[in-house]
Amino acid sequence: MPDLGLLVHLAVVISIYGILAISLNLIIGTTGLFTIGHAAFFGIGAYTSAILAKLGVPWILAALAGIILAGLVAFLIGIPTLRLVGDYLAVVTLGLGEIMRAVFKNWIPVTRGPMGLPGIPHAAILGLRFDTAPKFLILSVICLAIVFFIAERIIRSPFGRVLKGVREDETAAQALGKNTYRFKMIIFVTGCGMAGLAGSLYAHYISYIDPGSFVMWLTFFIILIIMLGGLGNNVGALVATTVFVLLREGLRFVALPEGLNPAALQQLIFGLLLIVVTIFMPRGLIPERKITYDRERDHAQS
Amino acid sequence: MLKVENLTKNFGELCAVDRLSFEVTQGAIQGLIGPNGSGKTTVFNLITGFLQPTAGRTFFKDREITGLPSHAIAQAGIARTFQLVRVFRRVTVLENLLSAPKAQRGERILPGALQTPQVRREEREQLDRAWDLLSVVGLDGVANEYCGNLPYAEQKMVELTRALMTDPDLILLDEPTSGINPTLVNQILDYIRMLREARGKTFLVVEHDMRVIMNLCDRIVVLNYGEKIADGTPAEIARDRAVIDAYLGV
Repeated sequence: MPDLGLLVHLAVVISIYGILAISLNLIIGTTGLFTIGHAAFFGIGAYTSAILAKLGVPWILAALAGIILAGLVAFLIGIPTLRLVGDYLAVVTLGLGEIMRAVFKNWIPVTRGPMGLPGIPHAAILGLRFDTAPKFLILSVICLAIVFFIAERIIRSPFGRVLKGVREDETAAQALGKNTYRFKMIIFVTGCGMAGLAGSLYAHYISYIDPGSFVMWLTFFIILIIMLGGLGNNVGALVATTVFVLLREGLRFVALPEGLNPAALQQLIFGLLLIVVTIFMPRGLIPERKITYDRERDHAQS
Repeated sequence: MLKVENLTKNFGELCAVDRLSFEVTQGAIQGLIGPNGSGKTTVFNLITGFLQPTAGRTFFKDREITGLPSHAIAQAGIARTFQLVRVFRRVTVLENLLSAPKAQRGERILPGALQTPQVRREEREQLDRAWDLLSVVGLDGVANEYCGNLPYAEQKMVELTRALMTDPDLILLDEPTSGINPTLVNQILDYIRMLREARGKTFLVVEHDMRVIMNLCDRIVVLNYGEKIADGTPAEIARDRAVIDAYLGV
């Protein structure tokens, strides 16, 4: 007997993680920038939005502030790291993840540290309150749809074409006159801003956040999702998000032998899945979509 | 068109390019040759901004380009190919070409994502150019293939046509015929000559194959250990004592 309330809850979680997956896919899948600090931007969005909302700022402005602050931090991280070719971004974002966790934990006057922030107000737009799970689902699905639409438009644009060029061969892109630093910066800031939006949704849905919600494991979880779903394919990312969230929840209900911890089992299964998929489907379940042109048809149209 | 003055590059103790000066005139097909390790590719990297010179200056169309970032030099009108082909492998042949043109409006995130009428018009124009170029070199049949799936020779051709899509005035070719079978080599050489005659392009070519260089170029600069040892027409170079010594290792 499926519990409708649980299904709605899972759908909300899927839509929030879906935003994280799509935003990370733009950075890692399309542009080939390896970042491992996505949870930090998720956390910045969540804390900024929660703190402002508790001060009485309307949700939409609080969320916007979360998006902007996440983007701003991404910009500052990008200045030294994106000028370089190589894995500097991974190293620095790894550090950022830990730094932000330390900030959330120790900046007690603002974040209340390990006690967390309870009583985060419900999201509302112009008096329309999203104060129940089904209502919130509408909001989170709309946000997911917007993010999905923007990501798809970016990927299919000439801008997105350069992003793929940067991923395939940054030197060649430079030789074609592309200021690759600028392209990398714009997509990194955009993707991290989207993670900030996901953070705001999360905070106002759960209504309580603490530093434990924004740990490294979350980042790896999302990386795993896009690797399985298909790097550079947003439909694949959403399918994988759904599978993962359901699998994770499902594991909670499995009767485990004495001494086996469900969290450990979950990580074990995900690890095995990743190995199997990278060996047998290195481009993921649904690989990046090929953009093709038909000469005759294009002429007929123009 | 291109003027290099006292260009010098040291890698620590090693002097890879030593006070090199030469000029490439408008409409020329100029060769740059020398034994292995004589600094030819380093010169390319210095001109195109992938390396910064220790000393010396570069001018392009009477404007100094020394020290500019590589993308700015490309935008100024210098295109290049690489010794080991550098195409975008998990991107189609057409997209490789379409990503080349300079100053595309759709390469700004907002107009690109919004697909403004201007962006769509530019895309159609570039698409037409790309199809035409691919037809000329006989690659229109594989236009929608991922570039990484093509044979090496075709990838090289994609790289050259992609460079042309930037509408450059000067094209630097780093070993355009290496790893390509002799029949195709002649096609590539004919194509380069055609681009010079019909489109007024200027070329600077690094090449190992002496027959190719003697046959293609109207002037040749010879490097040995980073120094220029000769500069002249193919006939002059062929009987130059210093060049013969350098190649025979005397």
